[in-house]
Amino acid sequence: MTTPPIPSTPSTPSIPYQQRAEGAPADGYTSPIPVRRAHFGDALLAEWTKIRSVRSTLWTLGVMVALMLGLGLFIALSLAWTDSGYPEQTVLPLGFFGVMLSSICVITLGVITMTSEFGTGLVRTTLTACPSRTRVLGAKSVVYFALVFVISLMTTTLVGALQTSILNGPPPTGNEWLQATVGVSLFLATLGLFALAIGTLIRHSAGAVTIMIGLVLLPPVLGLFMAGSPWLGPVRDFLYQYSIPMLLVSLYENPTGLPGPSGWWSLWLMIAATAAAMAGALWSLHRRDA
Amino acid sequence: MIEAVGLTKRYGAQTAVDNLSFQVRPGHVTGFLGPNGSGKSTTMRMIVGLDNPTAGRVTVGGHPFRLLPNAPRQVGALLDAKAVHGGRSARNHLLSLAQLSGIPATRVDEVLGVVGLRDVAKKRTKGFSLGMGQRLGIAAALLGDPQVLLFDEPVNGLDPEGILWVRNLMKQLAAEGRTVLVSSHLMSEMALTADHLIVIGRGRLLADMSVKDFISANSADFARVRTPGTDPREREKLTSSLTEAGGQVLSEPDGALRVTGLPLPRISDLAHAADVRLWELSPHQASLEEAYMRLTQSAVDYRSTADELAGFEPPDLGPYGGVPQGYGPAPVPDVPHEAFFAPPPPGAVVPRRYPDGTTGTTGTSAPAAAPAGPTADGDPTRHDGRDSNEDAR
Repeated sequence: MTTPPIPSTPSTPSIPYQQRAEGAPADGYTSPIPVRRAHFGDALLAEWTKIRSVRSTLWTLGVMVALMLGLGLFIALSLAWTDSGYPEQTVLPLGFFGVMLSSICVITLGVITMTSEFGTGLVRTTLTACPSRTRVLGAKSVVYFALVFVISLMTTTLVGALQTSILNGPPPTGNEWLQATVGVSLFLATLGLFALAIGTLIRHSAGAVTIMIGLVLLPPVLGLFMAGSPWLGPVRDFLYQYSIPMLLVSLYENPTGLPGPSGWWSLWLMIAATAAAMAGALWSLHRRDA
Repeated sequence: MIEAVGLTKRYGAQTAVDNLSFQVRPGHVTGFLGPNGSGKSTTMRMIVGLDNPTAGRVTVGGHPFRLLPNAPRQVGALLDAKAVHGGRSARNHLLSLAQLSGIPATRVDEVLGVVGLRDVAKKRTKGFSLGMGQRLGIAAALLGDPQVLLFDEPVNGLDPEGILWVRNLMKQLAAEGRTVLVSSHLMSEMALTADHLIVIGRGRLLADMSVKDFISANSADFARVRTPGTDPREREKLTSSLTEAGGQVLSEPDGALRVTGLPLPRISDLAHAADVRLWELSPHQASLEEAYMRLTQSAVDYRSTADELAGFEPPDLGPYGGVPQGYGPAPVPDVPHEAFFAPPPPGAVVPRRYPDGTTGTTGTSAPAAAPAGPTADGDPTRHDGRDSNEDAR
């Protein structure tokens, strides 16, 4: 048995009571189960077991795929049916609507991946089994990120391929393909991590989902309300350009023509915001009582 | 070994755990007792690093839990049986914990067998009963085969077979040299299981001693004396003679006398001298429950009171229709009609509840009520004699 050396406390002389049971070993029971130190890979495996063993994962991701695929196909087919002259542009941006709607699923699942542990109290069991908060949050993040990335990469690629085959516009360039598949999938997965971080901070499913939906939807809506006011112009432009739907759109193209972030810059911005939220989540997990 | 030094936890103005210091040693089952809200669960959460102490520290095997190398193989805890995701099966729940701790998956099926959940391992825990949830929680605690085990109310909701099993399990785990800390409100269970007790009230340490010492230090041992029921005068005669000799006498509902402050042979001698026959003279050893009640009754936060149904009295049935009228003052104060009677510990100042609803504080040094014994001025509706009865020793 390779028990890691545990420095025994030198405070044994001060025994406050002396009725130690006869025959009881002084300090120690050694387990026959081989002891090895758990590492990050173990935590990844555990989180994978957790996420695949609840039905909500299957349902939410199923809806996500269905939205991306269904909406993408529907738009492409209806355009092909009406033949309303789209051929001057590439057709990949048509995938945006499905991705935008399915981001709600990504947000929801990201939030409840964490808040379901807080809500049920499971987090106390988890943190007793693994006191390292960094490892728990890290493993959850990696597993969820990878899951969302892989699924949306497959779906966006499939949707893009179907759309280009249904509608015959000019063939998209390699970078356009990359942004519309890998870029968008990275964006979605990062958004999922952002939701997971908010879930860790808020610890309440409904509250965190509401905050996330508000973060996604409110800036463009507020921008809309400010449309009539000339002196709110800069604020409106900022809200527009840096709202999450606009960042996502700009991965496909730059429809507004505004000098906001575009292309990969949108992704870097999203990653930076998520990193900040994650840092807050980690701090909260360390400092607050579970 | 678990060691707490000056452990304190405050939530705003409220102090949940107040400067608590204790050691939990291996090889014993240590019972962790205290009234509701006394800070037991908070203390246990601090032991496993879930709550950060406001002040002080608690270590397991010399390390704070969060810095413990290979924590899940050293500490197993059942803190809350409901702390599972209801949508996950029992086996997957344990499997994820095993994977997180680097424990082979075969161990999962092993502990499922140990706690008797093998048949429902694939079922989602949402449908589990309280007892099944407890078994699952115990399985999670046993998963790492750890050196230190914490159980918060492990027998809650278990069937008699399960209670017996947990009792034996605790003893066996301790006999293997492990450190076992168990909190429970079931005193009869604790008396059978625990070797050592840590009792807290309002977050403070009230006692840290073996069960035996605890009972004798806080006991309310008394002798039960019964005189022939045919002649009430014999009873009165004995009562006065016992009181003169310095004993305290209470009357039990069935006519027996409860005598404290006199050893059994002395009672017998006094009865002989007074020429009173005895039908019963039996020692009554206090139970752990009584000793516990006696110690903690001043530290109880949430006290239940009798449901008086005030305002719902039946209509007045006239002078003889209601409560039977007494025939004058009772010669000996009755044992109070509480579900449990615990005299206050010697020297304690305890809040008292009078029958009219007011509360007061009675120091034992200044008995407020009439002295004990067959004094004829006692008001039969009040049982105030009990304090002086018990404390005049």
